[in-house]
Amino acid sequence: MALSTGRASSTARDRTAGSGGARGQDRHQRPGPLRRVMGRHWYAWAMVAPVILVTALLIGWPLARGVYLSLTDATEATMGRTIGVNVIPSTYEFVGLDNYISILTSSLFWDKLTWTIVWTVACVALHYGLGLGLAMLLNRRVRFRSTYRLLLILPWAIPGFVSAFIWRYLYNSDYGVINGMLKAAGLGAVGWLDDPTTAKIAVVAVNVWMGVPFMMVAVLGGLQSIPGELYEAAEVDGATPWQRFRFITVPGLRTVSSTVILLGTIWTFNMFPVIFLISGGGPGSSTEILVTYAFREAFTGIRNYSGSAAWGVIILMLLVVLALVYRRALRRQGEVW
Amino acid sequence: MSSVTAGPAGSAPARGVRRRGDRGVGRSILLHATLLCAVAVSLFPIVWLVLTSLKPRDGWLSSELEFFNQPSLDNYTRVLTETQFPTWLLNSVMVAGLTTVIGVFLASTTGYAISRFRFPGHRGVMWMLLITQMFPVAILIVPLYNLMASLGLLNQIAGLVIAYMTVAVPFCAWMMKSYFDSIPREIDQAGMVDGLTPFGTFWRVILPLARPSLAVTGFYCFMTAWGEVAYATVFMSQEEKRTLGIGLQQFVGQHWSDWGLLTASAVLIAVPAAIVFLLVQRHLVAGLTAGATKS
Repeated sequence: MALSTGRASSTARDRTAGSGGARGQDRHQRPGPLRRVMGRHWYAWAMVAPVILVTALLIGWPLARGVYLSLTDATEATMGRTIGVNVIPSTYEFVGLDNYISILTSSLFWDKLTWTIVWTVACVALHYGLGLGLAMLLNRRVRFRSTYRLLLILPWAIPGFVSAFIWRYLYNSDYGVINGMLKAAGLGAVGWLDDPTTAKIAVVAVNVWMGVPFMMVAVLGGLQSIPGELYEAAEVDGATPWQRFRFITVPGLRTVSSTVILLGTIWTFNMFPVIFLISGGGPGSSTEILVTYAFREAFTGIRNYSGSAAWGVIILMLLVVLALVYRRALRRQGEVW
Repeated sequence: MSSVTAGPAGSAPARGVRRRGDRGVGRSILLHATLLCAVAVSLFPIVWLVLTSLKPRDGWLSSELEFFNQPSLDNYTRVLTETQFPTWLLNSVMVAGLTTVIGVFLASTTGYAISRFRFPGHRGVMWMLLITQMFPVAILIVPLYNLMASLGLLNQIAGLVIAYMTVAVPFCAWMMKSYFDSIPREIDQAGMVDGLTPFGTFWRVILPLARPSLAVTGFYCFMTAWGEVAYATVFMSQEEKRTLGIGLQQFVGQHWSDWGLLTASAVLIAVPAAIVFLLVQRHLVAGLTAGATKS
């Protein structure tokens, strides 16, 4: 169908060109197939070209170079650089898969991977679960509905780094309001970001707070596109609320859900500011996820460019595998994506 | 199309059609109680931020729970006069503004091309846009840093803008495509029949129709640049080139922190963003879900 419209528009153009006498002249010499393709698609290519260029230059090239760096032993010390007028040539060498082997055999990587998966699954499950719950409440007939909706999406309106700083203050062990409330309730203060377990809970909580509004609103959109007649008919047939949820709501939400869950997973997996700004990966490196770790590897201490690039490649491959598996799973259910 | 999913049109049937008998009083109370709890959780951090920012200079240095404590604008005056905040703000505004303008332009031409033309390489472009959204900062940042260094773009606003393009444009092009898909093709054809070139059709006919989606895309680009931390941290090492995201980290460092300054500047940053956000949020959601339900 898309193909036919493309042709339709070009035939429309041919027709106008044919009827306008002056422009009809260049129809006399018949262009070769290549020129015809060029002539027809010239505009399309011209319009896509800037993005292709930008992407190729800024993603393609760095990506290729990143993959190459990951196969070398480049660090800050061996990377070529210019100091004033002195040009110091690069001295790093090609080392094959050494970086990958040392990463994949280190327990650090597997620790980080486990925590990253726990982090992603916990966050996305809570985002989606809470978002669905709130969306279903807001989809009812309830007074002040739009006020509730507006207030509930406010966290989404706060820029990510500002939210991170707010929460860091709330978690502050001496002056934070959370400990203030605990003390007022007669309980002891908790060093939220000083202990690995509470720090993990803390960062998950912040990310959930930041992410639920998006899920809620997206699911609400999905819910409102389900025709109300379906529910009425089901009710007439005597379906219980659970059955209505199971057989109308869930299937009706499938397209929206599958998209937002995939997006949410990718975003959470790569979520940088929350962890970087709240816990800084600490205490130790217990809350560091793969992305923040790779960043730290490249830009703190002796900058280990090759190691960081190898981490990056591994992260990217994990995500590509995730997306492919997910896509296949959707296909089996008859989704087209 | 975009207004169908989340606009008022979408909410009407749910309200009108489902005439289940009235809820019992108990269930109504429960429903409102749940919603109020959720609202409390979602608002509390923000309210607390504002309250803290209004406390006097060292008001945050208190382990007592107090909502008000001699409210003053002391923190705000300090932020605006005694710190680099105005410089950072200016840098952030420039970076975000440029990202928005260029990003919207690139995203709309690309979105239009992949929505309307079936040219060779069409699928490739669509895939590229989808896949680049998955790229973690970690893999690109080092080579991009080296690339910027060799082009002399470190500590330059232009360098940061270019880096943000890689984040914002693929997603925005995707959003624009799904919006263009919802504009009937007959309109393009009418434009062509009237003698406009394809680009003329796009510029004079389709773009004005796509204004809501342009607003959303612009907003997304703006927020991407406004809230980014990782690239900014690495690329802008000079004090006077910093953006807000990095600058604020200085108020709460390892050895010294001043939450009064931080909370006041956080309010200054969040309020305009939140206002614009609340104005466009309906379209934002519609744009996202339109893309999600169509594809």
